[in-house]
Parts: sequence; C-alpha cells; structure tokens
Amino acid sequence: MYRHHPNSIDRSLSLTLAALVLFLLSNSFPFLAMKSGGFIQETTLLTGIHELWKQELQGLAILVLLTCVLVPLAQMLGLLYILLPLKLGRRPALGAARVFRLVQEVAPWGMMEVFMVGILVALVKLGHMATIVPGTSVFSFGALIFAMAAAFSCLDPHLLWDRLDLRR
Amino acid sequence: MKENAITAYQLGLVNCHDCHLLVEIPHAHADLLCPRCGAHLHPRKPNSLARTWALVCAAIILYIPANVLPMTITTALGSKQADTIISGVIYFMQNGSWEIAMVIFIASVFVPFVKLCILIFLVLSVRFRSTWRPKDRTILYRLTELVGRWSMVDIYVVTILVALVKLGAIATIVAGPAAVYFASVVVITMFAAESFDPRLIWDVIEEDV
Repeated sequence: MYRHHPNSIDRSLSLTLAALVLFLLSNSFPFLAMKSGGFIQETTLLTGIHELWKQELQGLAILVLLTCVLVPLAQMLGLLYILLPLKLGRRPALGAARVFRLVQEVAPWGMMEVFMVGILVALVKLGHMATIVPGTSVFSFGALIFAMAAAFSCLDPHLLWDRLDLRR
Repeated sequence: MKENAITAYQLGLVNCHDCHLLVEIPHAHADLLCPRCGAHLHPRKPNSLARTWALVCAAIILYIPANVLPMTITTALGSKQADTIISGVIYFMQNGSWEIAMVIFIASVFVPFVKLCILIFLVLSVRFRSTWRPKDRTILYRLTELVGRWSMVDIYVVTILVALVKLGAIATIVAGPAAVYFASVVVITMFAAESFDPRLIWDVIEEDV
C-alpha cells in the first residue's frame, strides 16, 4: 500500500534552502590546506578545477565542474522553482513538470558524495608528505550531502507529479 | 510469473520513463511526448542493445590506456615519479593504509571491470534470448547502475592533489594522461548502463510463454 509522505513539500523545501546555504559556504571556503615548512597552500573546489584547466585538461575540468558544482546547483534551484509556488499556494510555475523531469534525470551526475570520499583519500595520501588541515568547507560539504539526500528522500514524486499535472 | 498477468504494453499503453504516467499510444509510432512531463515516449528504449554494445566497446578500448598510463606525475626535489592506478594502490598497501588501498582498488579497478563484464553478459543474454534467472539479471543491472558513479573517486583525488600540491621546486603533482582516459571510461559506462533497457530481459520470457 502506498501513502503520501507527511508534509513532503514543506520538509523538502526547507532542506533545499538549507542545502543552498551550505552550498554557498562550501564553495567560498577552502576545503583543504597544506602546510609544509612555513608554506601554506589552500584550495577551494573552484581553484582545483581552475588548476586542471590550466594544465590543458579542459575536459576533466568541465567534468568535475559539472558533477560537483553545476549539477547539484541546478538540482537545488530546480527544486526551489518547483516547490516555492506550491508552498505559497499558487499555480505550479511555468514548465515546472519539465523542470522536475530534468532534476530527476541529472540526479546520477551529481557526485558530491563521491567527491567527499575523494577528499578523504587525498587527506590520507598527502598525510605522508605534509601537514594537512581540513577546512570549513569539508564540514559544510558533508552537511550539504546529508541535506540534499534528505531533501530528495522527503520529496514525494507521486504527489508532486499529481500537483504539477496541468491537464486537469 | 502468473499466467493472468498482463503488461501495459499488451494493452497499448506506454509508461513514461520519467514521470511513470501511463499513456495510450496511437497506432502510428510517431515521435510521442508525455502529456504530463514532456519526455519522449517509447515502449522500450530505442536501439537499446546496439547503443549499449557500442558504448561498452568504446569503454573497453579506453580501459587499457586508463590502467597502463600514469594517472599522476609527482615531481619532488628534482626526482620524477609517475603513478598509475595500480601503483597507487600498491603504494597505499605498503604504507599500511590498506583501507584506502581497498577503496581505490574497488572504485577504480574492480568496479569498472565488473561493470563492463556485467553489461556484456546482459547484452549477450538478451541477444541470445536467454531465459536464465531473469530476476537476478535485473538485480545485476540495478547494481551496475547504482555503483558506477563511485568510480569517479580517483578523478576527484587527482583534482585535489593537483590543486593542493604545487610547492614549486619542493613538490608538484600534475595529472597524467590516464586521468582523461579513466574519466571517459566512467562516463561512457554510465551512459552504457543508462541505455540498456532491463525490460528486454523480460520480453524474451513473455514471448516464449
């Protein structure tokens, strides 16, 4: 038997907003800093991507940018676009069904949790060479992954498809 | 399977891939869009076997340079060291961090290899109209779909290393050519898994009844 999740729109809307804030934090603070003989090297997600680009690996840079920045951002903005009008009791936003379809279709390409594991592996790998200090961004990134996962699991696709259906 | 079970397809209905709305299909197989979400409608994913097969072949070819060529090139105090995926795993094992060695080995070597084997097996089993354990084969398919993205770990590790380790003369890490090949293997196998239609496994069994 199937029942709709309770308060699904409220819950996923608030979680999406939280995720958006965490996303901004994660991208503005460095996630790892390396100390070696008085020399400190910090890196944010975007500088890492920029570094790949400078090394003539544009394809890889775009792939990382897509999977860790653009796809999650698009998913969050898409959810806001769909959920806000529903929450405010208005008609579904223009093309909301199409947006929701895209949000679901790009889901496998958002790989923030995989990136988190990458950070951990890099931590251990560099631990032998220098002192590595995890930055603010590691923690906000970790929280972001949980917020996104929770937002999606609160979401009730059946209910949402019913509400977005403009044919009736 | 129960004998009285009837599929939507037999009733002239198509399930939308994206919003799961059941739509009646007219006789003309024109380019049909889902009335609710606007997705293309087709009873089965178009050219599923051919597409999957082509992508799997491409991935197999790219899998070789991905494993043979160096993933990272480390320059430390004048000495250069090129690391492939496997030599990275061995390095971690020798340093005693076998958990990390396991993570990298599973994500970068084991998963892509097994994924390719499973996809080849699934395509061949449908092609030769196998009726062998359809349920288990469907589970195998779901596994390949779920697990594929985790292979990206190594690419992210390279990104982080490249960004972090640029201490000029003391130590620098640059990404090697294998990084590009490896990323293509991961992306292409993800597309391959997506283009395979697991319902083809069951079509054979229904037609035989």
